[in-house]
Amino acid sequence: MFKGMYNWIDERLDVTPMWRDIADHEVPEHVNPAHHFSAFVYCFGGLTFFITVIQILSGMFLTMYYVPDIINAYYSVDYLQHQVAFGVIVRGMHHWGASLVIVMMFLHTLRVFFTGSYKAPREMNWVVGMLIFFVMLGLGFTGYLLPWDNKAYFATKVGMEIAGSVPWIGGYIKELLAGGTIVGAQTLTRFFAIHVFFLPGVLLTLLAAHFFMIRKQGISGPL
Amino acid sequence: MDHNQQHETSHKPIKRNEMTRRQFLSYTLGGATAFMAGGAILPMLRFAVDPLLQKKAETAFVKAIEEKDVTKEPKSIDFKVHQVDGWYESDPKLQAFVAKDDSGKIFALSPVCKHLGCTISWSGEEAPNLYHCPCHGARYTKDGKNLKVAPKPLDEYQVKVENGWVYLGPLESNTRV
Repeated sequence: MFKGMYNWIDERLDVTPMWRDIADHEVPEHVNPAHHFSAFVYCFGGLTFFITVIQILSGMFLTMYYVPDIINAYYSVDYLQHQVAFGVIVRGMHHWGASLVIVMMFLHTLRVFFTGSYKAPREMNWVVGMLIFFVMLGLGFTGYLLPWDNKAYFATKVGMEIAGSVPWIGGYIKELLAGGTIVGAQTLTRFFAIHVFFLPGVLLTLLAAHFFMIRKQGISGPL
Repeated sequence: MDHNQQHETSHKPIKRNEMTRRQFLSYTLGGATAFMAGGAILPMLRFAVDPLLQKKAETAFVKAIEEKDVTKEPKSIDFKVHQVDGWYESDPKLQAFVAKDDSGKIFALSPVCKHLGCTISWSGEEAPNLYHCPCHGARYTKDGKNLKVAPKPLDEYQVKVENGWVYLGPLESNTRV
């Protein structure tokens, strides 16, 4: 049945060359764990992306119950965690995935560093990768405030103080981030907007650039 | 007839029913992928449809008006019900039109128009001794029978009379028309 549907679409739109171009490539021997087990280190980039997809999906579902408001935020999180079926699982995926994505990204960065894959002609991809790293840290920082519990509140206060310690412009950065002079109602909505709209938008753009470049330049050669 | 079929019919090879290696590998890979994707997606779907599967709260009877204040003329009264809406609990006000029928039985109608859900009112210049809806001009009799525009009669609150007080309960379809 699926074959029939696929053929029907393919006859009209000729989609086969498109996905072949993206997906149909032989894995070089030196990055294939079936040949050299140590080549599993080349999986970390893909694993980072896999967890990112899970983060996006679980995050979308969490916003069905969550409200970014200082009175209701904590209660809505408490409700979705304890009253909604599989709330523990879905929020757990987002919670643990947030840490795991940083770990995987760090391992991926180490692999790229120690195999020298950042060297010419791939310097731009290294830079884009670093930008992705900072966007991920930003997602972690803004997401941490959203449950609006004590840990969230004081972690954000500490973050604000660090931002405020930047010479000369620190005070302005701090106030812009907090949306005012205190960590409060406006900080929460601001962080929510940054967490679910701005940073994911930037992240997807950077990921597209990252994947375009690796596709264009290919995987770096063996050591 | 494509190339492969032609080849098979002309040579009549021994029919082999066992799975090819390619088939086995693609089923295994597809199955493993489906298992992993299902493990991630299914909890999220169950999470999303939870409101449909949550047990609905029973509506309790609420003390609304003294029995002696109910007349044959429908009277608009407000009463408060306790409502649990996810993480938000409140006591919103509901409205009812309470009246006695000719036999002296007390009944209470919902003010929600059965056309598209606007709020109706009783009598007035425009529709003397009828319920009328300001949105699209629906009309109902005192018993809630739909005269025009609306497709169904007005809903009715379950009524209990105890110790001189009228208690209103959950809504049900009109039993009077």
